[in-house]
Amino acid sequence: MQAELAIAPEPGVAKPDPVLTVSGMRRSFGGLRAVDVDRLEIQRGTITALIGPNGAGKTTFFNLLTGFDAPDQGHHALNGDLLVGIPAHRVAQRGMVRTFQLTKVLPRLTVLDNMLVAAKHQPGASFRGALRGGWRQVERQNEETAREILDRFGLSSMADEYAGRLSGGQRKLLEMARVLMVRPTVIMLDEPTAGVNPVLIQSLLEHVKGLRDAGMTVLLVEHDMDVVQSVADWVVVMAEGHVIAEGAPRVIARNPAVIEAYLGKHRGDEVE
Amino acid sequence: MDWTQILAAGVLATIGPITAGYALSAIGLNLQFGYAGLLNFGHVAFMLVGGYGVAMTVDFGGPLWLGVLVGIAAGVLLGLLLGIPTLRLRADYFAITSIAAAEVLRLIVRSSWAQPLTGGVFGIQGFADDFHGLNPFPVRELFGIGPVVVTGRSLWVIVVGWVLVLIATLFVARLMRSPWGRVLKAIREDEDATRSLGKNVFAYKLQALMIGGGIASLAGILFAVDQQSIYPAGFEPRITFIVFVMVILGGAGTIWGAVLGAAVFNFLFFAIDDLTARLQANVDVIGAILSPAEAALIKYVFVGIALILLIVFRPQGLLRSRDEGRGDAS
Repeated sequence: MQAELAIAPEPGVAKPDPVLTVSGMRRSFGGLRAVDVDRLEIQRGTITALIGPNGAGKTTFFNLLTGFDAPDQGHHALNGDLLVGIPAHRVAQRGMVRTFQLTKVLPRLTVLDNMLVAAKHQPGASFRGALRGGWRQVERQNEETAREILDRFGLSSMADEYAGRLSGGQRKLLEMARVLMVRPTVIMLDEPTAGVNPVLIQSLLEHVKGLRDAGMTVLLVEHDMDVVQSVADWVVVMAEGHVIAEGAPRVIARNPAVIEAYLGKHRGDEVE
Repeated sequence: MDWTQILAAGVLATIGPITAGYALSAIGLNLQFGYAGLLNFGHVAFMLVGGYGVAMTVDFGGPLWLGVLVGIAAGVLLGLLLGIPTLRLRADYFAITSIAAAEVLRLIVRSSWAQPLTGGVFGIQGFADDFHGLNPFPVRELFGIGPVVVTGRSLWVIVVGWVLVLIATLFVARLMRSPWGRVLKAIREDEDATRSLGKNVFAYKLQALMIGGGIASLAGILFAVDQQSIYPAGFEPRITFIVFVMVILGGAGTIWGAVLGAAVFNFLFFAIDDLTARLQANVDVIGAILSPAEAALIKYVFVGIALILLIVFRPQGLLRSRDEGRGDAS
């Protein structure tokens, strides 16, 4: 992204068109401050990678953003709407949808049903709607959409199989495909390449880029620096709960604070 | 040894009110456990409030139809009251709370200070005359095929019971084939994944508990009306587990599994019961070892063995395909 290069590579920097803004977000578990982010903005229509050593608070931060956990302090806003105290399912309905580090397909549902359960605007998904009937028209449209998306993700031959029979890589693909049924504006991928066969990783990353090219914003947690370099437009680095650096991937790789966080500090600074 | 009589005892129980009642209860539990994945270990409480709802309403001078409505409403309400504080908790906490709630309810009903309302340990009798008054069959006449014979009185309960089973099954089938049912199954598979897709998991679980509770209350109502009698000892926790066995036996999460499970269980249970009673009475060696009361308990041993065999050879139940049963969670 050429536009990104104009943004200063410093933590908490303002973006021209942020879809998600975070301020003063803190979350502690007992004495451990897991997340302490003063300011963070995510630029619309980009792929932003969230990286950091183990225990940096990336997944906790993800949980806070998506309503799966509540912060002790601070707030965040999606498209300018505050998400304070909004439960996870509402966050998803508002267009910010996540995946999980340990892939969560619904094994005893078919691949197609995995897709359809995520469909937005299905009147038959409410108890009254189910009793009243008349949802089949919408169901047919949803099924068409679902099959289109499955086709794009190379899963159409598996549509009628139980999702429990998919391979690890296929499960990751299904999880990503399923997210699209919710029609999100922001997609949060928690380690999309974890446990995926190396051969599949490239095609998986092409799908991630495809999401961005279709106008969605992608925020992903990732460990593999090669993956980050090849897919991310912008990188946010977390360590010990703080955002310690952000910038374009090339810039980040040379940032001394990042190298320090990953490889350890000099002996003299070690006491803290 | 009269094998025809033994089989007839099994068949009689299978078509009788006892199986219709258990089938209703199992349909309710199947919705909660088989589809929504709720470990409801207090299921018997829904039967209790259904039965006591009808008995107490009539006992206080209300009409029977109102009692039936009160019983169903009590089942739905119990689902709401039990679900609100517990369904946000983890599944195991819900299981513990539900069994505790069921026991608390039973102990309250049998307590001496509740006696003016519930009849305490003696319960309430003779509240279903209106129902039996509607019986179109001659009460004392016998109806039957071969050795399977029922009275006109029983036949009326049997017809009404099985019509209710059919209605409940079709009702659940309609729900489960809808997108609503699909969300329930998704919750059973993975709550967090379902939540992440924008579904209000808590509301769905609460609805499942309430609807399943309403259906199970029909079981309590049917038993109470059939026997014209209700007392707390009929609602001990083992009833819950018998219903669980039926649901798993038939195939949890299948439309007809609950009914089939109730039928097969009761057939085996009562056929074995008849068999052991005859062995005790007619075979001297067995008669010398076991008293009639002891022989009556042997059926539970056979039920246990049958269940172990079932879990070993067909853990997914009778009606579910192996593939669906396997779908490994990860």
